[in-house]
Amino acid sequence: MANESTKAARPERQEMPAQDPQERAHNFYEVALGYTPEMAQLEASRCLQCKKPLCVTGCPVNVRIPEFIKALSEGNMWGAVEALKDKNSLPAICGRVCPQETQCEIKCVLSKKDKPVAIGRLERYVADWERTQGMRAPTLPSKNGKRVVIIGSGPAGLTAAGDLAKMGYTVEILEALHTPGGVLMYGIPEFRLPKAIVQSEIDYLKALGVTIRTDVVVGKLYTLDELLSEYDAVFLGTGAGLPMFMSIPGENLMGVYSANELLTRTNLMKAYLFPKWDTPVKVGKRVAVVGAGNVAMDSARCSLRLGAEEVHIVYRRSAAEVPARAEEVHHAQEEGIIFDFLTNPVEILGNQEGWVTGLRCIRMELGEPDASGRRRPIPIARSEFEMPMDTVVMALGTQPNPLVFTDAAQLERSRHGTAVCDEATGRTRMPRVWAGGDIVTGAATVISAMGAGRAAAQSIHQTLTGEPPHEPD
Amino acid sequence: MYPILKKQVLTPVTKLYVIEAPEIARKAQAGQFVILRITEEGERIPLTIADYDARAGTITIVVQELGKTTRQLGTFEEGDSLASFTGPLGRPTEIENYGTTLVVGGGLGIAPIYPIARSLREAGNHVIGIIGARNKELLFWEEELRSVTDELIVVTDDGSYMRKALVTVPLKELLESGRKIDRIWGIGPAIMMKFIAATSEPFGVPTIVSLNSIMVDGTGMCGACRVSVGGRTRFACVDGPEFDGHQVDWNLLLSRQRGYLDKEKEALQAYEAQLAENKR
Repeated sequence: MANESTKAARPERQEMPAQDPQERAHNFYEVALGYTPEMAQLEASRCLQCKKPLCVTGCPVNVRIPEFIKALSEGNMWGAVEALKDKNSLPAICGRVCPQETQCEIKCVLSKKDKPVAIGRLERYVADWERTQGMRAPTLPSKNGKRVVIIGSGPAGLTAAGDLAKMGYTVEILEALHTPGGVLMYGIPEFRLPKAIVQSEIDYLKALGVTIRTDVVVGKLYTLDELLSEYDAVFLGTGAGLPMFMSIPGENLMGVYSANELLTRTNLMKAYLFPKWDTPVKVGKRVAVVGAGNVAMDSARCSLRLGAEEVHIVYRRSAAEVPARAEEVHHAQEEGIIFDFLTNPVEILGNQEGWVTGLRCIRMELGEPDASGRRRPIPIARSEFEMPMDTVVMALGTQPNPLVFTDAAQLERSRHGTAVCDEATGRTRMPRVWAGGDIVTGAATVISAMGAGRAAAQSIHQTLTGEPPHEPD
Repeated sequence: MYPILKKQVLTPVTKLYVIEAPEIARKAQAGQFVILRITEEGERIPLTIADYDARAGTITIVVQELGKTTRQLGTFEEGDSLASFTGPLGRPTEIENYGTTLVVGGGLGIAPIYPIARSLREAGNHVIGIIGARNKELLFWEEELRSVTDELIVVTDDGSYMRKALVTVPLKELLESGRKIDRIWGIGPAIMMKFIAATSEPFGVPTIVSLNSIMVDGTGMCGACRVSVGGRTRFACVDGPEFDGHQVDWNLLLSRQRGYLDKEKEALQAYEAQLAENKR
């Protein structure tokens, strides 16, 4: 615990500088601008350097948080980079997209009496500093003669690929889309995660000797069996790319998008640069986004930037249950996104030409907790009402894409469509096949996918080098 | 990069491209499609495979120049490369020996019907073909279709070549003649497929259509291509593109296909303005 003297001297938690809300609502530049060196020093000085750091236990990959912050406060930037990257290979990304408030920062002892150390902002600061130093040529290990293929180039795949390459494996990544990066490229918008940052991570992997083949849809171009005849091991990191709909009337009207479609058109295909880029997207003046996760916030904020005048988040539970990262909700509110809580769509209304004209919703109230531990939303009888809308975006979550399971009978799938594997190692029941990230957990976080990629890389290494594989209890 | 090995002008608005894509060629089957981008800034457009040659390592596509992307592709020559080329996507045609089968191709639909007819014939079917175009100038691949069918009927809307009729006219005559037709494939513009399905439905002959809805990724990720078949929402890219034509909600498909007409026009105008600029 902090003693009185440090407490008295402790500066306030440094707020993140951000683009003006009015201005940024109309551009795709990054919203959060990053700490200045002075702010980073002040914030780092707030860390108590706990003997038993609880923050580390809150991190899914146990980043050595106090150590990197200490190095930072001592001006030892390379030391900070080293401590940070020991457990997290993608800190510039995680610093921007991790839900720190429910992971490391919630555990910070300071949060009992004061605001927690802004761990995520410091992580971003250190990672961004490293990127400005130019890429350090990685020391390439001698090849061990073994070949691993990684399916999917999102956070799980990139991490597994990097770790395996550093251990001497010949690594090839197969990506279904034309651009590597997975959800980091097609899903998370430029204004939250600049694509240049993702690209620099991909360039680093290439410098490590990893080859990336785009336009390869596994399950169509190759089956897993075919890949197993070419490679010593397969890692499946294909994510959860299949959008869910509500199965309510009107869902196939024009103007109804899955969040995946809206975000892919906008982020991957750069529809905001149409017609300079070829792919269009059509967002009307009034937009309703159904759901309240990060993807819903991204969809709402993209809609605003694409020219919408009024954007609503329609969510069947209350503010307390919103699953999105706190900073995203805060930024969305600042930008003028309207939150309609305890509201659930029952029908999408359309005109003769097949276009959306509105959303019929019902008011909800919260009942007893459900299986997720959250209070179950219950419709209130005779509370239906209509909202005029031009565009409706369904951001209800995603499931793993079944394509990769094609002709892979040994690869077990849960009834949720996820790959069944050992949680600690990512090993599936199919010999020499590992899986990790959203394909295993369903839609989750970048950091947990990264952690799973790292664990699988370790397990692949142990298995292929003949060391006894880690068997869970 | 995916090089264009051969380019051929089939009609004033239709061009054929043979693309070097050995891996796709090894796996491609009749009924499947590819998604291509012509440039880094390009949109992803789906095209049903017109032919594939595993030995030569090539995929053939036939493209009708309608919008900006297809027009710009028309300026690509042999030796040029496509920015991306992904496939084979979608489920292949279910090829069996059904007995007597009828393949109907209208307009651009003549191209994808070709490998289906060939596969059906290889599986032992008696294959009857009907192909049609608006006029003689727009008709292509008559000889190709003749080589993979046992009987071929050719029609044009305006009668400028062979019989003056829509493809549904000989289709109906065949069905009414009492000849046993076990299965029909119809590929062409959505409106034509709608009428092919409507024509065969009273005769109870299973009729397969290939739905050309708007797509982005082509792997089931975005849902842009959703169609309603038998009252269920399906994704044309992964559940199709072939479906039971009698179960398709055609009006929904037609309405969804029109969704971006204004944007397509805008893109084309911007492209033409750019071309004019470049000329100056």
